[in-house]
Amino acid sequence: MSSLTVQPAYKRNKTYTWLFYLLPSIAIMLVFFIYPILLTFFYSFTNLALTGEAARELKFVGFDNYTRMFEDSTVTVSIWNTLVFLIGSAVIGQQVLGFLIALLMKHKRRFFRRVIGTVVLAGWVTPEIVCALCLYSFFSDSGTLNSIIGAFGISPIAWLFTVPMLTIILANIWHGTAFSMLVFQAALDDVPSDIEEAAVVDGASRWQILIRITLPYIKQTITTNMMLVTLQTLGVFGLIYAMTGGGPGTKTTTLPIFMYNQAFINYQLGYGTAISLLLLLMGIVLSLFYIRSMRD
Amino acid sequence: MNARQRKVLYRILPYAVLTLIGVCFLLPLLWVLVASVDTNAMQTLKWPHRLTGMNYQEVMTSGENQRAFLVGLLMSAGQAFLVVVLALLAAYPLSRYQLKYKKPFMLTILFMTSLPITAVMVPVYQLFLTLHLYDNIFGVILFYVASAMPYGIWMLKNFMDSVPTDLEEAAWVDGASVFAGMRKVVAPLMVPGICTVAIFTFSGSWGNFFVPYILLQTPENFPASLKLYQFFGLHGMVDYGSLAAFSVLYAVPSIILYILSQRFMSKGFGLQGGTKG
Repeated sequence: MSSLTVQPAYKRNKTYTWLFYLLPSIAIMLVFFIYPILLTFFYSFTNLALTGEAARELKFVGFDNYTRMFEDSTVTVSIWNTLVFLIGSAVIGQQVLGFLIALLMKHKRRFFRRVIGTVVLAGWVTPEIVCALCLYSFFSDSGTLNSIIGAFGISPIAWLFTVPMLTIILANIWHGTAFSMLVFQAALDDVPSDIEEAAVVDGASRWQILIRITLPYIKQTITTNMMLVTLQTLGVFGLIYAMTGGGPGTKTTTLPIFMYNQAFINYQLGYGTAISLLLLLMGIVLSLFYIRSMRD
Repeated sequence: MNARQRKVLYRILPYAVLTLIGVCFLLPLLWVLVASVDTNAMQTLKWPHRLTGMNYQEVMTSGENQRAFLVGLLMSAGQAFLVVVLALLAAYPLSRYQLKYKKPFMLTILFMTSLPITAVMVPVYQLFLTLHLYDNIFGVILFYVASAMPYGIWMLKNFMDSVPTDLEEAAWVDGASVFAGMRKVVAPLMVPGICTVAIFTFSGSWGNFFVPYILLQTPENFPASLKLYQFFGLHGMVDYGSLAAFSVLYAVPSIILYILSQRFMSKGFGLQGGTKG
């Protein structure tokens, strides 16, 4: 009604006021976000370095960084480690555990839900470095886990040295599961209860209801959540860096850790950038899938 | 196993499994809480030797630590404020005007919310050297703002879409400009949305370790996250009591903000895009 009688202010003066509103945010994103992404492509073809001759004179080296990557056995190791970390902690760990918690919590006593929910959420809310510290001391030689198995008469195990990958996977599960739990709780609440009740009347078992009704109903959420959790896990640095530093040896060196080592420990920024491009491309592909899943 | 036993088992099993999961999640956390008030803290969870507030006192009275907390606060609050202001401005035309490239623009924004920041840090470091922003707290804030901008715009645009246009139009009739209508009518109606964005950006950068680790060098510029990391490097993981107390103090703002954010998230927890921790 009012829109018919009043000429909206932005139609009255046909200027580009919208540009004025958008400009500050576009400018800051261009300089500090999009430009660095373009630089990633650019630098990965150069010999950019922090020290030595290359630091003074930036040269194009073509695909040298990439051929070097294919010859570097640590690259293969860190890609493998990244995949193990992603699948172990994000795809399986956080997703499955988060779903399991959400499913089991449904229709449970309010007080019980509260307590378990809060404990799981605490790991999520806690900053990354504090998580690393808590889990580091949990798995350390004289830590809580060894005290517990010691009570059963098992001699202590050097968890951080014998199964370092498992410790960082568990740490990331501890830190991230709450996100999936919240997402699945919301999704499960949306599953209409009458469908499930009808299935019960028809004599379906709990397992059948889960596989045939619940899971297909929240399929969309599973895809989207999988994408988001994987993207978040792809960039994890602090948790691994503070717990194991990528070691022992290269056993927990994921791509972010390897990128950091090459760029800032070995001062090979160009090579480090080539590695981060790998990371970026993985992120871009996953993000595109994520957007597709959001649009449907 | 007869039917009745099975029924009892089905009733008890979920509680047992959930309790076990809960205990696994609780143990590492309990250690940091107990160790922070123990006079003789060790790496393992144990009954405190004697309860003390000394660890907290030690951490809080140190000038270096106070500085690190203030720097962290400045960075996160500065970022949250700038993100909210700039994203509100950007969200307005995206929500109200009919722009030609709005859809591709919003999709690009959504795409950017999910990109891993870790992947661009090496070029950002080089960029900061050339712009003379390296080791500069305000430089870090600028980068934080840029990296949270897509999330801010996406969220605030969606929040703004749900504010009816009639109210602004009424303000225009009374002679208000577009900007005044936005500031005095639209923004106050979006307080829950603004708080959500502010809280999530604040706690995102408060907990961030990698960005300041790459972009800062002088210990005086270190925020709390770096100070904590430096702490367990310097003391060689010996002074567990103070280390735990520092960790708890550092985690407190994140926890408080999370609890606060629950008051604004009325619609529960759906996937609204770009929920970067």
